[in-house]
Amino acid sequence: MFDLTGKTALVTGASGGIGGAIAKALYEAGATVGLSGTRVEPLEALAAELGERAHVLPCNLGDAEAVEALPKAAIAAMGGLDILVNNAGITRDQLFMRMSDEDWASVIDVNLTATMRLCRGVMRPMMKARWGRIINISSIVGATGNPGQVNYAAAKAGMVGMTKSIAYEVASRGITANCVAPGFIATAMTDKLNDEQKAKINAQIPAARMGSPEEIAAAVLYLASPEAGYVTGSTLHVNGGMAML
Amino acid sequence: MSDVAERVKKIVVEHLGVEEEKVTENASFIDDLGADSLDTVELVMAFEEEFGIEIPDDAAENIQTFGDAVKFISEAA
Repeated sequence: MFDLTGKTALVTGASGGIGGAIAKALYEAGATVGLSGTRVEPLEALAAELGERAHVLPCNLGDAEAVEALPKAAIAAMGGLDILVNNAGITRDQLFMRMSDEDWASVIDVNLTATMRLCRGVMRPMMKARWGRIINISSIVGATGNPGQVNYAAAKAGMVGMTKSIAYEVASRGITANCVAPGFIATAMTDKLNDEQKAKINAQIPAARMGSPEEIAAAVLYLASPEAGYVTGSTLHVNGGMAML
Repeated sequence: MSDVAERVKKIVVEHLGVEEEKVTENASFIDDLGADSLDTVELVMAFEEEFGIEIPDDAAENIQTFGDAVKFISEAA
């Protein structure tokens, strides 16, 4: 099941825990994978680990020109672009009363505007191919809100509305657009928490544990597959029951 | 009919699945040939590819009939 042989996929934020797992899952399903991110070293390491169908495509998502160029670079490297996974994101957490315009703008730019630009950049090739998969990695906080994350939650909620609208426009052309909204996922970031902090988090999750990057990757793999062709405009919540939406 | 017009007509007929006779000088893609807004974007993409030209968005918006398309492409190609 879920055979992506012959498909090409671009994954942003592939140097991170979740992005890396997504790239790996798509690769293992047979796809050629473009690994994008700002840090070249972990991307090279991941590409070496995966094999010859992996391509490193560094990009700073805060740089509009670089973002515009990324889909073209991906197509040049891989010969096509069938699957786009917008996974990259940044946080600039701050109490709303203290949130600066810069904190707001940088999170919106990278998490929402760059995602929009990449979606726009893949429209032509996907329309021509009459096939495409756009998967935007949102977040549970886009639906529930989170103190200290006004900017991040706004960007992640914005992503959902944007994805639905794109889904509407291109559904008749064999292109689907969906979101995956992770809850708490165990990554290098959460490893830094102490046991007490982890216990507090786990107490809020019916599954009583954090999710793994592989569990997010599995949701992405499904939405990327030919089998998910009738699923569009949806948000797949993968959060251990933390918010049942 | 010019070579450009023939090639444009072929694209329109294929893309919109309409009969050749309906593709007349003043036939509007949307009003007469059943295109939706996404179809018009795709037609422009197909014209760009066929004729190796670039049709800017503001020009594309003014291409509403078969005649508009032939005129624009004849001048651009």
